[in-house]
Amino acid sequence: MQIRVVVNGVAHETDVEPRLLLVQYLREALGLTGTKVGCDTSSCGACTVLVDGESVKSCTMLAVQADGTEVTTIEGLAPEGGLHPVQAAFREHHGLQCGFCTAGMVMATVSLLDEIAEPTERDVRLGLEGNLCRCTGYHNIVRAVLAAAGTPA
Amino acid sequence: MIPAQFEYVRADSADAALAVLAEHGDDAKLLAGGMSLLPLMKLRLATPAVLVDVGPLRDLSYVRDAGDHVAIGALTRHRDLEVSDLLAGECAPLRAVAAEVGDNQVRHRGTLGGSVAHGDPASDLPAALLALDATFAVRGPGGEREIAASEFFHGFLETELAPDELLTEIRVPKLPGVRFSYQKFNRRAQDWAIVGALAVRNGETRVALVNMGGTPLRAKGVEEALAAGASVVDAAERAADGTDPPADLNATPEFREHLARVLVRRALDAVA
Repeated sequence: MQIRVVVNGVAHETDVEPRLLLVQYLREALGLTGTKVGCDTSSCGACTVLVDGESVKSCTMLAVQADGTEVTTIEGLAPEGGLHPVQAAFREHHGLQCGFCTAGMVMATVSLLDEIAEPTERDVRLGLEGNLCRCTGYHNIVRAVLAAAGTPA
Repeated sequence: MIPAQFEYVRADSADAALAVLAEHGDDAKLLAGGMSLLPLMKLRLATPAVLVDVGPLRDLSYVRDAGDHVAIGALTRHRDLEVSDLLAGECAPLRAVAAEVGDNQVRHRGTLGGSVAHGDPASDLPAALLALDATFAVRGPGGEREIAASEFFHGFLETELAPDELLTEIRVPKLPGVRFSYQKFNRRAQDWAIVGALAVRNGETRVALVNMGGTPLRAKGVEEALAAGASVVDAAERAADGTDPPADLNATPEFREHLARVLVRRALDAVA
């Protein structure tokens, strides 16, 4: 089936099999491998991307469901060579250890801060409940999100 | 994990969806947000030959004041319930329970109608709708019919919905200022409830249970005890009466019965 998706500001028209997952489309058809496949069961959040500005788990969405939408992946958050404020905060506060969950954490954070501009620590912990860090580096992740929001930690 | 092959049909209207269902019957499955169906398809526990995508039907996404009740389009997302001002005033328990479903990513995609039609006894919203005495508007080849929540859930993932019918609207009686408490017990924040209990008090007290049997359940023993003047402690002791809780990796049936009594007591204490 022919789909038209704007990914990171660029329109793509692609013929896809209906059962193709959005995450496969992004990684394999478009080569955007910043989005990770972790658990593949919509638990871990490593595959989180934005669809029309809202966080979704791209392992549990079909590419055909993204037809007509705008998708943002970690590659599209900031201009080439630059960092989005959330990415900068994760670097500044060392909000990562192995880094595998980081793209998903950052994308979920961008969506969360769009919905709650001045989150409390509790808002952040609840807001990121769909993203797991197997290094258990949650404290610094929460600090990074609060810093990105300009909320005192 | 990749679903088995299927034919994909995007419905551009409820009528178009019904026509595809009429043609394919049991071989077709409706796709709303996909938060329950797609995981089942990836595990190949569900292998529909035809997938009818009703997700884009925006005219089935709304929360409206309908006089004595709030009318909610079946494709309204959990996220939209969670931030609904109308629900905050007229049916706060539904809004609060919607905010407990899954995680942000799931609530951005999952729909109320999808959750109801899936009929998972471990889901939060079907039990809430049971406690709230909701009704469901369903369209099929013979026109529309309205089904009470109490008549809708038949067994594990089995509902009154026929293969050629489409759930279009959920109707929830208004309960402004109602006292309520939802107690959800799980091990990880985003998980399904191992057991959940919702108490709603508006004169009488209604109690619904999550994951205590093949369907969402009303805790009838508790409600009867309270109506007869029993104390919260005594009424909560009857929380597991008439239930048939499942055994799985998370809990034995006995542990679930214990959880039900504790969670119902907490919920009743909160609305006392």
